[in-house]
Amino acid sequence: MALIEFADFSFKYLGADSLALKRIKLTIDNGEYVVITGPSGCGKTTFCRAINALVPQFHRGYVAGNVYTDGKNTREYEVATFASVAGLVFQNPENQLVTLDVEKEIAFGPENLGVAPSEIRRRVEELIELLDLEELREKHPHEMSGGEQQRVAIAATLALKPKVLVADEPTSNLDPQSAEAILEIIAHLNKRGMAVVLVEHRLDLVAKDASRIILMDKGRIVADGDPREVLAMDLCEEIGVGVPKATQVYKRLKTRGIELGNVPLTGVELAELVQEATSR
Amino acid sequence: MIILEDVHYSYDGVYTALRGISLQVDDGERFAVIGANGAGKTTMVKHMNGLLRPQKGRVILDGRDTKFMSVAEIARKVGLVFQNPDHQLFLDSVKKEVEFGLRNIGFTESEAAQRRQKTLASLGLEGFAERSPFTLSGGERKRVALASVLSTEPRFLALDEPTIGQDAHQKNQLAQMLAEMNKRGRTVVVVTHDIEFVIENFPRTIAMADGQIIADGSTNMVLSNDEVIERCSLAPPQMTLAARALRNVFPEVGQRLTLLSELEETIMGILGGA
Repeated sequence: MALIEFADFSFKYLGADSLALKRIKLTIDNGEYVVITGPSGCGKTTFCRAINALVPQFHRGYVAGNVYTDGKNTREYEVATFASVAGLVFQNPENQLVTLDVEKEIAFGPENLGVAPSEIRRRVEELIELLDLEELREKHPHEMSGGEQQRVAIAATLALKPKVLVADEPTSNLDPQSAEAILEIIAHLNKRGMAVVLVEHRLDLVAKDASRIILMDKGRIVADGDPREVLAMDLCEEIGVGVPKATQVYKRLKTRGIELGNVPLTGVELAELVQEATSR
Repeated sequence: MIILEDVHYSYDGVYTALRGISLQVDDGERFAVIGANGAGKTTMVKHMNGLLRPQKGRVILDGRDTKFMSVAEIARKVGLVFQNPDHQLFLDSVKKEVEFGLRNIGFTESEAAQRRQKTLASLGLEGFAERSPFTLSGGERKRVALASVLSTEPRFLALDEPTIGQDAHQKNQLAQMLAEMNKRGRTVVVVTHDIEFVIENFPRTIAMADGQIIADGSTNMVLSNDEVIERCSLAPPQMTLAARALRNVFPEVGQRLTLLSELEETIMGILGGA
Protein backbone atom coordinates (compact mmCIF):
# COMPACT_ATOMS: atom_id res chain seq x y z
CA MET A 1 0.00 0.00 0.00
CA ALA A 2 1.27 3.44 -0.92
CA LEU A 3 1.76 5.93 1.91
CA ILE A 4 -0.13 8.59 -0.06
CA GLU A 5 -2.35 8.01 -3.07
CA PHE A 6 -4.08 10.67 -5.14
CA ALA A 7 -6.78 8.85 -7.13
CA ASP A 8 -7.93 11.20 -9.89
CA PHE A 9 -8.37 13.98 -7.34
CA SER A 10 -9.69 17.43 -8.28
CA PHE A 11 -10.50 20.38 -6.03
CA LYS A 12 -11.90 23.88 -6.42
CA TYR A 13 -12.05 26.35 -3.51
CA LEU A 14 -15.44 27.88 -2.73
CA GLY A 15 -15.73 31.09 -4.71
CA ALA A 16 -12.78 30.37 -7.01
CA ASP A 17 -13.30 30.29 -10.78
CA SER A 18 -10.94 27.48 -11.62
CA LEU A 19 -9.80 24.18 -10.18
CA ALA A 20 -6.82 24.37 -7.82
CA LEU A 21 -6.04 20.69 -8.48
CA LYS A 22 -7.00 18.91 -11.70
CA ARG A 23 -7.23 15.14 -11.83
CA ILE A 24 -4.12 14.40 -9.79
CA LYS A 25 -3.01 10.78 -9.96
CA LEU A 26 0.12 9.68 -8.15
CA THR A 27 1.47 7.65 -5.27
CA ILE A 28 4.17 8.47 -2.75
CA ASP A 29 5.85 5.64 -0.86
CA ASN A 30 7.57 5.36 2.51
CA GLY A 31 11.07 6.81 2.57
CA GLU A 32 10.73 9.02 -0.52
CA TYR A 33 11.96 12.65 -0.60
CA VAL A 34 9.62 14.42 -2.98
CA VAL A 35 10.11 18.06 -3.94
CA ILE A 36 7.03 19.78 -5.37
CA THR A 37 7.68 22.88 -7.42
CA GLY A 38 6.01 25.07 -10.02
CA PRO A 39 4.83 28.64 -10.60
CA SER A 40 3.10 30.36 -7.67
CA GLY A 41 -0.60 29.58 -7.70
CA CYS A 42 -0.04 26.23 -9.44
CA GLY A 43 -1.65 24.20 -6.65
CA LYS A 44 1.35 23.21 -4.50
CA THR A 45 -0.15 24.37 -1.20
CA THR A 46 -3.52 22.81 -2.02
CA PHE A 47 -1.70 19.54 -2.76
CA CYS A 48 -0.10 19.62 0.72
CA ARG A 49 -3.43 20.40 2.40
CA ALA A 50 -5.09 17.52 0.56
CA ILE A 51 -2.60 15.04 2.05
CA ASN A 52 -3.84 15.58 5.61
CA ALA A 53 -7.51 16.27 4.84
CA LEU A 54 -7.41 20.06 5.48
CA VAL A 55 -8.63 20.02 1.89
CA PRO A 56 -11.56 19.31 1.63
CA GLN A 57 -12.59 19.22 5.31
CA PHE A 58 -11.30 22.57 6.61
CA HIS A 59 -10.95 24.39 3.28
CA ARG A 60 -14.23 23.50 1.60
CA GLY A 61 -15.11 23.40 -2.05
CA TYR A 62 -15.88 21.20 -5.01
CA VAL A 63 -14.23 17.76 -4.81
CA ALA A 64 -13.90 14.88 -7.24
CA GLY A 65 -11.82 11.74 -6.82
CA ASN A 66 -10.13 10.66 -3.59
CA VAL A 67 -6.93 10.93 -1.60
CA TYR A 68 -5.82 8.03 0.58
CA THR A 69 -3.26 8.82 3.25
CA ASP A 70 -1.93 5.73 4.99
CA GLY A 71 -4.78 3.84 3.34
CA LYS A 72 -7.51 6.07 4.76
CA ASN A 73 -9.79 8.17 2.58
CA THR A 74 -9.31 11.84 3.55
CA ARG A 75 -13.00 12.50 2.85
CA GLU A 76 -14.16 9.87 5.29
CA TYR A 77 -11.95 10.17 8.39
CA GLU A 78 -11.61 13.18 10.69
CA VAL A 79 -8.74 15.63 10.15
CA ALA A 80 -7.30 14.59 13.54
CA THR A 81 -6.80 11.05 12.24
CA PHE A 82 -4.27 12.33 9.76
CA ALA A 83 -2.34 14.53 12.20
CA SER A 84 -0.36 11.52 13.35
CA VAL A 85 0.30 10.34 9.79
CA ALA A 86 1.15 13.53 7.89
CA GLY A 87 2.84 16.34 9.82
CA LEU A 88 2.51 19.75 8.18
CA VAL A 89 5.03 22.55 8.54
CA PHE A 90 4.28 25.97 7.04
CA GLN A 91 6.16 28.99 5.77
CA ASN A 92 5.52 31.11 8.82
CA PRO A 93 6.30 29.23 12.06
CA GLU A 94 4.69 32.01 14.13
CA ASN A 95 1.30 30.90 12.83
CA GLN A 96 1.94 27.41 14.11
CA LEU A 97 3.33 27.94 17.63
CA VAL A 98 0.67 27.95 20.32
CA THR A 99 2.32 27.69 23.74
CA LEU A 100 4.92 29.60 25.72
CA ASP A 101 7.92 27.29 25.80
CA VAL A 102 9.64 24.61 23.82
CA GLU A 103 8.71 21.64 26.01
CA LYS A 104 5.03 22.60 26.13
CA GLU A 105 5.04 23.22 22.41
CA ILE A 106 6.38 19.75 21.64
CA ALA A 107 4.05 18.11 24.19
CA PHE A 108 0.94 19.96 22.96
CA GLY A 109 0.07 17.63 20.07
CA PRO A 110 0.54 14.28 21.81
CA GLU A 111 -1.27 15.60 24.92
CA ASN A 112 -4.27 16.38 22.76
CA LEU A 113 -4.22 12.89 21.31
CA GLY A 114 -4.16 11.38 24.81
CA VAL A 115 -0.65 9.91 24.67
CA ALA A 116 0.60 8.67 28.07
CA PRO A 117 2.60 11.29 30.05
CA SER A 118 5.70 9.08 30.32
CA GLU A 119 5.69 8.59 26.56
CA ILE A 120 5.24 12.34 25.99
CA ARG A 121 8.21 13.01 28.30
CA ARG A 122 10.31 10.59 26.26
CA ARG A 123 9.35 12.16 22.92
CA VAL A 124 10.03 15.69 24.18
CA GLU A 125 13.55 14.76 25.30
CA GLU A 126 14.27 12.85 22.12
CA LEU A 127 13.16 15.73 19.89
CA ILE A 128 15.03 18.34 21.92
CA GLU A 129 18.16 16.36 21.25
CA LEU A 130 17.39 15.57 17.60
CA LEU A 131 16.64 19.20 16.69
CA ASP A 132 19.31 20.70 18.95
CA LEU A 133 16.84 22.72 21.04
CA GLU A 134 18.56 22.42 24.44
CA GLU A 135 19.53 26.10 24.50
CA LEU A 136 15.99 27.16 23.64
CA ARG A 137 14.37 25.13 26.42
CA GLU A 138 13.57 28.16 28.58
CA LYS A 139 13.05 30.64 25.78
CA HIS A 140 9.69 32.16 24.83
CA PRO A 141 8.91 31.42 21.14
CA HIS A 142 8.56 35.14 20.42
CA GLU A 143 12.13 35.74 21.57
CA MET A 144 13.42 33.20 19.07
CA SER A 145 14.72 33.87 15.58
CA GLY A 146 12.71 32.60 12.61
CA GLY A 147 15.07 29.65 12.18
CA GLU A 148 14.74 28.69 15.86
CA GLN A 149 10.95 28.97 15.69
CA GLN A 150 10.89 26.77 12.61
CA ARG A 151 13.01 24.13 14.40
CA VAL A 152 10.51 24.15 17.28
CA ALA A 153 7.58 23.92 14.84
CA ILE A 154 9.18 20.88 13.19
CA ALA A 155 9.79 19.26 16.58
CA ALA A 156 6.16 19.84 17.55
CA THR A 157 5.05 18.24 14.29
CA LEU A 158 7.35 15.25 14.78
CA ALA A 159 6.02 14.70 18.30
CA LEU A 160 2.97 13.09 16.72
CA LYS A 161 5.28 10.54 15.07
CA PRO A 162 4.06 11.16 11.54
CA LYS A 163 5.09 8.87 8.70
CA VAL A 164 5.52 11.79 6.33
CA LEU A 165 6.68 15.36 6.91
CA VAL A 166 4.87 17.75 4.58
CA ALA A 167 6.65 21.10 4.52
CA ASP A 168 5.24 24.03 2.53
CA GLU A 169 8.09 26.47 1.79
CA PRO A 170 9.42 26.09 5.35
CA THR A 171 12.51 28.21 4.73
CA SER A 172 11.34 31.06 2.54
CA ASN A 173 11.20 33.58 5.41
CA LEU A 174 14.61 32.55 6.78
CA ASP A 175 18.06 33.85 6.00
CA PRO A 176 20.10 31.50 3.79
CA GLN A 177 22.18 29.99 6.62
CA SER A 178 19.14 29.27 8.81
CA ALA A 179 17.40 27.90 5.71
CA GLU A 180 20.29 25.55 5.06
CA ALA A 181 20.21 24.33 8.67
CA ILE A 182 16.48 23.50 8.41
CA LEU A 183 16.99 21.71 5.08
CA GLU A 184 19.84 19.68 6.59
CA ILE A 185 17.50 18.58 9.39
CA ILE A 186 14.85 17.58 6.85
CA ALA A 187 17.39 15.60 4.78
CA HIS A 188 18.57 13.91 8.00
CA LEU A 189 15.01 12.92 8.94
CA ASN A 190 14.58 11.43 5.48
CA LYS A 191 17.79 9.41 5.88
CA ARG A 192 16.34 8.02 9.12
CA GLY A 193 13.41 6.74 7.10
CA MET A 194 10.78 9.45 7.19
CA ALA A 195 9.08 10.32 3.92
CA VAL A 196 9.31 14.01 3.00
CA VAL A 197 7.11 16.13 0.76
CA LEU A 198 8.68 19.56 0.41
CA VAL A 199 7.32 22.54 -1.53
CA GLU A 200 10.15 24.79 -2.65
CA HIS A 201 11.00 27.29 -5.41
CA ARG A 202 14.70 27.46 -4.71
CA LEU A 203 15.87 24.23 -6.25
CA ASP A 204 19.50 25.36 -5.89
CA LEU A 205 19.03 24.46 -2.21
CA VAL A 206 17.04 21.22 -2.34
CA ALA A 207 17.42 19.39 -5.66
CA LYS A 208 20.51 17.56 -4.40
CA ASP A 209 18.59 15.99 -1.48
CA ALA A 210 15.47 14.95 -3.40
CA SER A 211 14.78 11.45 -4.71
CA ARG A 212 12.00 12.79 -6.93
CA ILE A 213 10.79 16.13 -8.28
CA ILE A 214 7.20 16.85 -9.24
CA LEU A 215 6.47 19.88 -11.43
CA MET A 216 3.01 21.39 -11.21
CA ASP A 217 1.44 23.98 -13.48
CA LYS A 218 -2.14 25.32 -13.35
CA GLY A 219 -3.30 22.55 -11.02
CA ARG A 220 -1.84 19.69 -13.01
CA ILE A 221 1.24 17.53 -12.67
CA VAL A 222 3.34 18.20 -15.76
CA ALA A 223 6.50 16.25 -14.88
CA ASP A 224 7.40 13.70 -12.22
CA GLY A 225 10.67 11.82 -11.89
CA ASP A 226 14.36 11.78 -11.05
CA PRO A 227 15.57 15.33 -10.24
CA ARG A 228 18.31 15.31 -12.88
CA GLU A 229 15.95 14.12 -15.59
CA VAL A 230 13.18 16.54 -14.67
CA LEU A 231 15.45 19.59 -14.35
CA ALA A 232 17.12 18.84 -17.68
CA MET A 233 13.74 19.27 -19.42
CA ASP A 234 13.08 22.53 -21.32
CA LEU A 235 9.61 22.51 -19.80
CA CYS A 236 11.14 23.86 -16.56
CA GLU A 237 12.11 27.17 -18.18
CA GLU A 238 8.84 27.30 -20.10
CA ILE A 239 6.69 27.26 -16.97
CA GLY A 240 9.08 29.35 -14.87
CA VAL A 241 10.76 26.85 -12.55
CA GLY A 242 13.99 28.13 -10.96
CA VAL A 243 16.39 25.56 -12.37
CA PRO A 244 19.63 25.37 -10.32
CA LYS A 245 22.31 27.66 -11.77
CA ALA A 246 24.68 24.71 -12.30
CA THR A 247 22.00 22.89 -14.31
CA GLN A 248 21.42 26.05 -16.37
CA VAL A 249 25.12 26.20 -17.26
CA TYR A 250 24.96 22.52 -18.28
CA LYS A 251 22.01 23.24 -20.59
CA ARG A 252 23.66 26.29 -22.17
CA LEU A 253 26.88 24.36 -22.81
CA LYS A 254 24.87 21.57 -24.39
CA THR A 255 23.31 23.92 -26.93
CA ARG A 256 26.88 24.96 -27.83
CA GLY A 257 27.96 21.38 -28.43
CA ILE A 258 29.59 20.63 -25.06
CA GLU A 259 28.19 17.45 -23.45
CA LEU A 260 29.13 17.04 -19.78
CA GLY A 261 27.85 13.47 -19.47
CA ASN A 262 25.67 13.97 -16.41
CA VAL A 263 23.32 16.74 -15.22
CA PRO A 264 24.86 18.73 -12.33
CA LEU A 265 22.63 20.10 -9.56
CA THR A 266 25.27 22.11 -7.66
CA GLY A 267 28.27 24.28 -8.51
CA VAL A 268 30.67 21.70 -7.10
CA GLU A 269 29.12 18.91 -9.20
CA LEU A 270 29.47 21.13 -12.26
CA ALA A 271 33.16 21.72 -11.53
CA GLU A 272 33.71 17.96 -11.09
CA LEU A 273 32.04 17.18 -14.42
CA VAL A 274 34.23 19.76 -16.18
CA GLN A 275 37.34 18.17 -14.66
CA GLU A 276 36.22 14.69 -15.75
CA ALA A 277 35.57 15.98 -19.26
CA THR A 278 39.12 17.35 -19.55
CA SER A 279 40.68 14.07 -18.43
CA ARG A 280 38.73 12.00 -20.96
CA MET B 1 17.66 62.56 -1.96
CA ILE B 2 17.50 60.70 1.36
CA ILE B 3 20.24 61.17 3.92
CA LEU B 4 20.50 59.15 7.12
CA GLU B 5 22.83 60.74 9.68
CA ASP B 6 24.03 58.61 12.58
CA VAL B 7 20.58 57.06 13.04
CA HIS B 8 19.95 55.09 16.24
CA TYR B 9 16.79 53.18 17.08
CA SER B 10 15.64 50.77 19.75
CA TYR B 11 12.16 49.22 19.83
CA ASP B 12 12.13 48.43 23.52
CA GLY B 13 14.94 50.54 25.01
CA VAL B 14 16.97 47.40 25.73
CA TYR B 15 18.00 45.96 22.40
CA THR B 16 19.38 48.48 19.91
CA ALA B 17 18.22 47.70 16.38
CA LEU B 18 20.15 50.51 14.66
CA ARG B 19 23.48 51.69 15.98
CA GLY B 20 24.65 54.72 14.02
CA ILE B 21 23.51 54.35 10.41
CA SER B 22 24.85 56.97 8.00
CA LEU B 23 23.88 56.70 4.38
CA GLN B 24 23.17 58.82 1.34
CA VAL B 25 20.65 57.71 -1.28
CA ASP B 26 20.78 59.78 -4.49
CA ASP B 27 17.84 60.24 -6.82
CA GLY B 28 17.65 57.53 -9.46
CA GLU B 29 19.81 55.00 -7.60
CA ARG B 30 19.13 51.27 -7.48
CA PHE B 31 20.61 49.27 -4.62
CA ALA B 32 20.18 46.22 -2.39
CA VAL B 33 20.40 45.92 1.39
CA ILE B 34 21.56 42.53 2.67
CA GLY B 35 22.13 41.15 6.17
CA ALA B 36 21.13 38.35 8.54
CA ASN B 37 17.69 38.31 10.19
CA GLY B 38 17.76 40.89 12.96
CA ALA B 39 20.57 42.94 11.36
CA GLY B 40 18.33 46.02 11.21
CA LYS B 41 17.51 46.07 7.49
CA THR B 42 13.74 46.49 7.86
CA THR B 43 14.17 48.99 10.70
CA MET B 44 16.41 51.05 8.43
CA VAL B 45 13.97 51.16 5.50
CA LYS B 46 11.12 52.02 7.86
CA HIS B 47 13.13 55.15 8.71
CA MET B 48 13.25 56.04 5.02
CA ASN B 49 9.46 56.29 4.74
CA GLY B 50 8.80 57.79 8.15
CA LEU B 51 7.13 54.78 9.77
CA LEU B 52 9.88 55.06 12.36
CA ARG B 53 11.67 58.23 13.46
CA PRO B 54 15.24 58.12 14.74
CA GLN B 55 15.74 58.32 18.49
CA LYS B 56 19.16 59.80 17.84
CA GLY B 57 20.46 61.17 14.55
CA ARG B 58 18.44 62.54 11.62
CA VAL B 59 16.74 61.45 8.42
CA ILE B 60 16.68 64.16 5.74
CA LEU B 61 14.25 63.71 2.85
CA ASP B 62 14.70 66.19 -0.01
CA GLY B 63 16.35 68.63 2.37
CA ARG B 64 13.77 68.35 5.17
CA ASP B 65 14.14 66.58 8.50
CA THR B 66 11.47 63.84 8.61
CA LYS B 67 10.89 64.68 12.27
CA PHE B 68 8.89 67.66 11.05
CA MET B 69 6.96 65.83 8.32
CA SER B 70 3.77 63.76 8.58
CA VAL B 71 3.70 60.11 7.54
CA ALA B 72 1.21 61.05 4.77
CA GLU B 73 3.61 63.66 3.45
CA ILE B 74 6.51 61.21 3.42
CA ALA B 75 4.43 58.35 1.99
CA ARG B 76 3.72 60.45 -1.09
CA LYS B 77 7.44 60.37 -1.86
CA VAL B 78 8.55 57.07 -0.40
CA GLY B 79 6.60 53.87 -1.01
CA LEU B 80 7.29 50.77 1.08
CA VAL B 81 6.19 47.22 0.31
CA PHE B 82 6.20 45.04 3.41
CA GLN B 83 7.69 41.56 3.62
CA ASN B 84 4.38 39.97 4.65
CA PRO B 85 1.56 40.93 2.25
CA ASP B 86 -1.01 40.13 4.93
CA HIS B 87 0.20 43.16 6.89
CA GLN B 88 -0.75 45.32 3.96
CA LEU B 89 -3.82 43.91 2.21
CA PHE B 90 -7.25 44.69 3.67
CA LEU B 91 -9.83 45.13 0.91
CA ASP B 92 -12.05 42.46 -0.63
CA SER B 93 -10.89 42.70 -4.23
CA VAL B 94 -7.55 43.03 -5.96
CA LYS B 95 -8.96 45.94 -7.97
CA LYS B 96 -9.99 47.91 -4.86
CA GLU B 97 -6.70 47.09 -3.17
CA VAL B 98 -4.62 48.53 -5.99
CA GLU B 99 -6.87 51.53 -6.67
CA PHE B 100 -7.08 52.50 -2.99
CA GLY B 101 -3.61 54.04 -2.88
CA LEU B 102 -4.01 55.66 -6.30
CA ARG B 103 -7.31 57.36 -5.36
CA ASN B 104 -5.80 58.47 -2.05
CA ILE B 105 -3.01 60.37 -3.72
CA GLY B 106 -5.45 62.10 -6.05
CA PHE B 107 -5.75 60.09 -9.25
CA THR B 108 -9.17 60.25 -10.92
CA GLU B 109 -11.24 57.10 -11.17
CA SER B 110 -10.32 56.49 -14.80
CA GLU B 111 -6.61 57.25 -14.26
CA ALA B 112 -6.58 54.88 -11.29
CA ALA B 113 -8.25 52.14 -13.32
CA GLN B 114 -5.78 52.58 -16.14
CA ARG B 115 -2.76 52.41 -13.85
CA ARG B 116 -4.22 49.45 -12.01
CA GLN B 117 -4.70 47.51 -15.24
CA LYS B 118 -1.20 48.25 -16.47
CA THR B 119 0.47 47.30 -13.18
CA LEU B 120 -1.52 44.07 -12.75
CA ALA B 121 -0.65 43.05 -16.32
CA SER B 122 3.05 43.67 -15.87
CA LEU B 123 3.04 41.51 -12.71
CA GLY B 124 1.17 38.64 -14.38
CA LEU B 125 -2.03 39.39 -12.44
CA GLU B 126 -4.39 40.17 -15.32
CA GLY B 127 -7.67 38.37 -14.72
CA PHE B 128 -7.31 38.72 -10.94
CA ALA B 129 -8.97 42.14 -10.57
CA GLU B 130 -12.26 40.87 -9.14
CA ARG B 131 -10.75 38.18 -6.89
CA SER B 132 -10.46 38.65 -3.15
CA PRO B 133 -6.78 38.80 -2.16
CA PHE B 134 -7.56 36.28 0.55
CA THR B 135 -8.44 33.55 -1.95
CA LEU B 136 -5.07 33.93 -3.68
CA SER B 137 -1.91 31.91 -3.11
CA GLY B 138 0.92 33.34 -0.98
CA GLY B 139 2.97 34.31 -4.03
CA GLU B 140 -0.01 35.96 -5.70
CA ARG B 141 -0.91 37.99 -2.59
CA LYS B 142 2.68 39.15 -2.49
CA ARG B 143 2.38 40.47 -6.04
CA VAL B 144 -0.90 42.24 -5.21
CA ALA B 145 0.87 44.03 -2.36
CA LEU B 146 3.67 44.97 -4.77
CA ALA B 147 1.15 46.18 -7.35
CA SER B 148 -0.62 48.42 -4.85
CA VAL B 149 2.60 50.33 -4.23
CA LEU B 150 4.27 50.05 -7.65
CA SER B 151 1.17 51.49 -9.37
CA THR B 152 1.63 54.80 -7.50
CA GLU B 153 5.21 55.07 -8.82
CA PRO B 154 6.63 56.82 -5.76
CA ARG B 155 9.93 58.65 -6.31
CA PHE B 156 11.59 56.37 -3.76
CA LEU B 157 10.50 52.78 -3.69
CA ALA B 158 11.59 50.40 -0.91
CA LEU B 159 10.71 46.70 -1.12
CA ASP B 160 11.23 44.30 1.78
CA GLU B 161 11.98 40.77 0.54
CA PRO B 162 10.01 41.09 -2.71
CA THR B 163 11.12 37.73 -4.17
CA ILE B 164 9.80 35.45 -1.41
CA GLY B 165 7.47 32.82 -2.85
CA GLN B 166 8.03 33.99 -6.43
CA ASP B 167 9.04 31.65 -9.22
CA ALA B 168 11.70 32.36 -11.83
CA HIS B 169 9.32 34.02 -14.33
CA GLN B 170 7.82 36.30 -11.72
CA LYS B 171 11.23 37.30 -10.42
CA ASN B 172 12.21 38.29 -13.96
CA GLN B 173 8.99 40.24 -14.42
CA LEU B 174 9.58 42.06 -11.15
CA ALA B 175 13.22 42.79 -12.01
CA GLN B 176 12.15 44.17 -15.37
CA MET B 177 9.53 46.40 -13.83
CA LEU B 178 11.95 47.76 -11.26
CA ALA B 179 14.55 48.39 -13.96
CA GLU B 180 12.00 50.32 -16.05
CA MET B 181 10.90 52.44 -13.10
CA ASN B 182 14.53 53.07 -12.28
CA LYS B 183 15.17 54.20 -15.87
CA ARG B 184 12.34 56.68 -15.47
CA GLY B 185 14.29 58.19 -12.59
CA ARG B 186 12.74 56.38 -9.60
CA THR B 187 15.01 55.27 -6.77
CA VAL B 188 14.71 51.57 -5.97
CA VAL B 189 15.84 49.98 -2.69
CA VAL B 190 15.44 46.26 -2.10
CA VAL B 191 15.96 44.41 1.18
CA THR B 192 16.68 40.77 0.42
CA HIS B 193 18.45 37.51 1.18
CA ASP B 194 18.18 36.54 -2.47
CA ILE B 195 21.78 36.93 -3.47
CA GLU B 196 21.25 35.84 -7.09
CA PHE B 197 18.57 38.53 -7.49
CA VAL B 198 21.04 41.10 -6.17
CA ILE B 199 23.88 39.99 -8.43
CA GLU B 200 21.70 40.12 -11.51
CA ASN B 201 19.88 43.38 -10.85
CA PHE B 202 21.60 45.75 -8.42
CA PRO B 203 24.86 47.62 -9.02
CA ARG B 204 25.22 48.81 -5.40
CA THR B 205 24.92 46.70 -2.25
CA ILE B 206 24.83 47.72 1.40
CA ALA B 207 25.58 44.96 3.91
CA MET B 208 24.33 45.25 7.49
CA ALA B 209 25.13 43.36 10.68
CA ASP B 210 24.19 44.09 14.30
CA GLY B 211 22.52 47.39 13.46
CA GLN B 212 25.46 48.78 11.55
CA ILE B 213 26.57 49.06 7.94
CA ILE B 214 29.56 46.77 7.46
CA ALA B 215 30.05 47.27 3.72
CA ASP B 216 28.72 49.65 1.08
CA GLY B 217 29.92 49.60 -2.52
CA SER B 218 29.66 47.83 -5.84
CA THR B 219 27.75 44.56 -5.60
CA ASN B 220 30.67 42.67 -7.07
CA MET B 221 33.05 44.03 -4.43
CA VAL B 222 30.69 43.57 -1.46
CA LEU B 223 29.68 40.02 -2.40
CA SER B 224 33.22 38.86 -3.15
CA ASN B 225 34.07 39.54 0.49
CA ASP B 226 33.86 36.25 2.44
CA GLU B 227 33.54 38.07 5.75
CA VAL B 228 30.47 39.92 4.50
CA ILE B 229 28.91 36.67 3.25
CA GLU B 230 29.51 35.06 6.64
CA ARG B 231 28.29 37.96 8.81
CA CYS B 232 25.18 38.38 6.65
CA SER B 233 24.32 34.66 7.05
CA LEU B 234 24.36 34.30 3.28
CA ALA B 235 25.31 31.19 1.37
CA PRO B 236 27.96 31.77 -1.33
CA PRO B 237 26.27 31.71 -4.74
CA GLN B 238 26.47 28.37 -6.59
CA MET B 239 28.47 30.03 -9.39
CA THR B 240 31.08 31.22 -6.87
CA LEU B 241 31.33 27.68 -5.45
CA ALA B 242 31.73 26.26 -8.95
CA ALA B 243 34.41 28.82 -9.79
CA ARG B 244 36.29 28.06 -6.58
CA ALA B 245 36.24 24.32 -7.22
CA LEU B 246 37.42 24.89 -10.79
CA ARG B 247 40.19 27.23 -9.68
CA ASN B 248 41.78 24.41 -7.67
CA VAL B 249 42.46 22.58 -10.92
CA PHE B 250 42.48 25.35 -13.51
CA PRO B 251 44.42 28.29 -12.08
CA GLU B 252 43.38 30.49 -15.01
CA VAL B 253 39.82 30.73 -13.60
CA GLY B 254 39.32 34.27 -12.28
CA GLN B 255 38.83 35.33 -8.68
CA ARG B 256 35.64 37.33 -9.12
CA LEU B 257 33.33 35.17 -11.14
CA THR B 258 29.75 35.69 -10.14
CA LEU B 259 27.59 35.67 -13.25
CA LEU B 260 26.32 32.52 -14.89
CA SER B 261 27.38 33.75 -18.35
CA GLU B 262 30.94 34.35 -17.11
CA LEU B 263 31.20 30.80 -15.83
CA GLU B 264 29.74 29.48 -19.05
CA GLU B 265 32.45 31.28 -21.06
CA THR B 266 35.17 30.07 -18.69
CA ILE B 267 34.08 26.45 -19.13
CA MET B 268 33.89 26.95 -22.91
CA GLY B 269 37.47 28.21 -22.71
CA ILE B 270 38.56 25.11 -20.76
CA LEU B 271 36.63 22.57 -22.84
CA GLY B 272 36.37 24.37 -26.17
CA GLY B 273 39.51 22.76 -27.54
CA ALA B 274 38.87 19.36 -25.94
